[in-house]
Amino acid sequence: MQAVEDIKPCYPLFRNDDYKGTIARKREKYEEGHDPKKVAETFEWTTTKEYQDLNFKREALTINPAKACQPLGSALCGLGFKKTMVYIHGSQGCVAYFRTYFNRHFKEPIAFIADSMTEDAAVFGGQKNIHEGLANASKLYGAEMIAVSTTCIAEVIGDDLNAFIGNAKKEGHIAEDFPVPFAHTPSFVGSHVTGWDNMEEGILRYFTLNDMEGKAPGKNGKINIVPGFETYLGNYRVVKRMLKEMDVPFTMLSDPEEVLDTPADGEFRMYAGGTTIDEVKDAPNAITTILMQPLGLDKTKKFVENTWNHEVPKLNIPMGVEWTDEWLMKISEVTGKPIPESLTKERGRLMDMMTDSHAWLHGKKMAVFGDPDFTLGMVKFLMELGVEPTHIVCHNGGKRWEKAMKKLLESSPYGASGRAYPGADLWHLRSLCFTDKPDFLIGNSYGKFIQRDTFHKGKAFEVPLIRIGFPIFDRHHLHRMTTLGYEGAMYILTTLTNAVLDRLDEDTKFLGVTDYNFDLVR
Amino acid sequence: MAKLRQCAIYGKGGIGKSTTTQNLVSALAEAGKKVMIVGCDPKADSTRLILHSKAQTTVMHLAAEAGSVEDLELEDVMAIGFGGVKCVESGGPEPGVGCAGRGVITAINFLEEEGAYDEDLDFVFYDVLGDVVCGGFAMPIRENKAQEIYIVVSGEMMAMYAANNIAKGIVKYANSGGVRLAGLICNSRKVDREDELITALAERLGTQMIHFVPRDNVVQHAEIRRMTVIEYDPKAKQADEYRALARKIIDNKKFVIPTPLEMEELEDLLMEFGIMEAEDESIVGKTAAEEACAA
Repeated sequence: MQAVEDIKPCYPLFRNDDYKGTIARKREKYEEGHDPKKVAETFEWTTTKEYQDLNFKREALTINPAKACQPLGSALCGLGFKKTMVYIHGSQGCVAYFRTYFNRHFKEPIAFIADSMTEDAAVFGGQKNIHEGLANASKLYGAEMIAVSTTCIAEVIGDDLNAFIGNAKKEGHIAEDFPVPFAHTPSFVGSHVTGWDNMEEGILRYFTLNDMEGKAPGKNGKINIVPGFETYLGNYRVVKRMLKEMDVPFTMLSDPEEVLDTPADGEFRMYAGGTTIDEVKDAPNAITTILMQPLGLDKTKKFVENTWNHEVPKLNIPMGVEWTDEWLMKISEVTGKPIPESLTKERGRLMDMMTDSHAWLHGKKMAVFGDPDFTLGMVKFLMELGVEPTHIVCHNGGKRWEKAMKKLLESSPYGASGRAYPGADLWHLRSLCFTDKPDFLIGNSYGKFIQRDTFHKGKAFEVPLIRIGFPIFDRHHLHRMTTLGYEGAMYILTTLTNAVLDRLDEDTKFLGVTDYNFDLVR
Repeated sequence: MAKLRQCAIYGKGGIGKSTTTQNLVSALAEAGKKVMIVGCDPKADSTRLILHSKAQTTVMHLAAEAGSVEDLELEDVMAIGFGGVKCVESGGPEPGVGCAGRGVITAINFLEEEGAYDEDLDFVFYDVLGDVVCGGFAMPIRENKAQEIYIVVSGEMMAMYAANNIAKGIVKYANSGGVRLAGLICNSRKVDREDELITALAERLGTQMIHFVPRDNVVQHAEIRRMTVIEYDPKAKQADEYRALARKIIDNKKFVIPTPLEMEELEDLLMEFGIMEAEDESIVGKTAAEEACAA
């Protein structure tokens, strides 16, 4: 039992004999579970090649998805604009989920509002909800923009945001000139990456489509940066720093860096930082627009090319050495600004780190899962490090992703054992980790269950998780780190190398058995 | 190049929307216009006369087979028929299951993303399910889609009720966007004084009866052969009617926000033309026995 003078959390409390007894009795009396022998047998079966073949024949069922839905992405996009309230037209539960998802990842309060569609709205359409919702939201929260997107319920019944918001303005529920950009974001199409793209396009469209007169590429001498679904705050910071060092003026089109990292100084900030409306209006005058995650920004690209007449450069996500080089050189090319000594030096430092750690990383096998551009960038850098990427799972990756990944793997001998799995989920990946064990698994927190399951088969089968991606719920502050640019490569390199060394220490710490390799210097 | 005109055809179920649309589109094609038809009805019978087929394979059917709509290509769903008319059917579920409205949204989004609205097109016609039962069936008239709506109607009471209801729907969208009512197409059922009646209804709605299409058996003869009259018997008098309709639509400039009638006004109109008789309020709710007693 819990004792007042020594309060214990559930672990190790439940390891006490009295709890063990209670749990065993409950299992026996009420749970009607299978014979533990049968459970163990079935577990073993799920680790076989035979099971994997069946697993990959699954058609209609997803187990443990490695993606989220569109409005989660649209919400993050909206957060990046100044004094912007994210408004989701749909049911409350969905929006509570988006809030908690970001709460848990960023450890920050997140303000999103829902217009709480219920059964009557599903029957009569959600126009009334939008009217009341916009009226309340514009009065209560001091926002200067309301970015509207949708959940499934509104999409299935065919609510038309353009008409509803237009009517809300006409009928005076919200001022005519109050900016209310919007995007349809059905959860059953695409993923959070698509949703981000849709909202971004919606916002750019709203402020520039009918306001292009006198605007032309190059007029303001800046470049636009479109981050895409980006959750590493360090990535916003590193891009800004690199451009500053290059003396390139820029506009970050969605910048939630401040609002997702507010200080604890006694003041609650519902809004902080973010791209201003004026910046958006001026964005067509930029020299060009750089897409940080080019595979997930189709709609934005189309709009920027067709309406702003920008020539969007063909670039990869700037992860690792070569793709960061290309990125910087392209920026230099389009702006005419040279790459400064400081960045060259930074690159040199990265090269130094890579050679220092090379002996530990060379030939290590690592599986990766995550978003399309993230997995591409990660695999690219792994191969630069001499790591061999093995199973590469991208649940929201399509044919284009698969093609790009194949081409990338073929570009290096380290890619020989790599294979791309578009549309696969974490249950597929679990099978792969049993039948063809990688040394490590790179991905978000959900990967820990693969680590647990592989460990359950035996220590020799355990695939340790290295946490890089989104969401990371079970480790603190990793969202503040950086994965892009040379700086990001340094962080990834450090994380990977130390994961390898931690593992080695774990294996060699047995006194008098393996500690001949439990070295002080690695 | 002239600007692409997108038109949606609405009207009560069974009024002859699909037949009228396909004959009209054939006449437009004959006049050298590049046209696309998008069938927005799970029955998928909006293109059969153009394609001489039973029913075109639909976007949703193919999407269900392929696993998702993202796996489809434009050429999979688009067929070219008489006069180079491009044909697409959105498709949807069997009656009683699923959500047909979402099928329309999915199909139209797909066409937009795949660039089906190419620059050569002069006209796109959406042939929409009779009853605009949910938001999905209003997809064709969202912003940047159909801006002109034609309602097919006849002199029958229920057809006129339906036309008036559709006009109410249009008002919702017209107030905030560019969609306008462009006219009533009277598909004659040989009701007495039908043309006057529909002209009167059109006036009340603030629009026009753009054309009176008389009833002619040649339409049925052509339909049995899965053809439009324009193709089956180009010399038929009825073919000229469709040509006239096509010409009037090409030249049409009268696009209005409709002024739908209150139910009582509509009933008055119907009574004026003898379609409906005045209700005798004194007999409402009276049983035969009570009436016998009173007599």
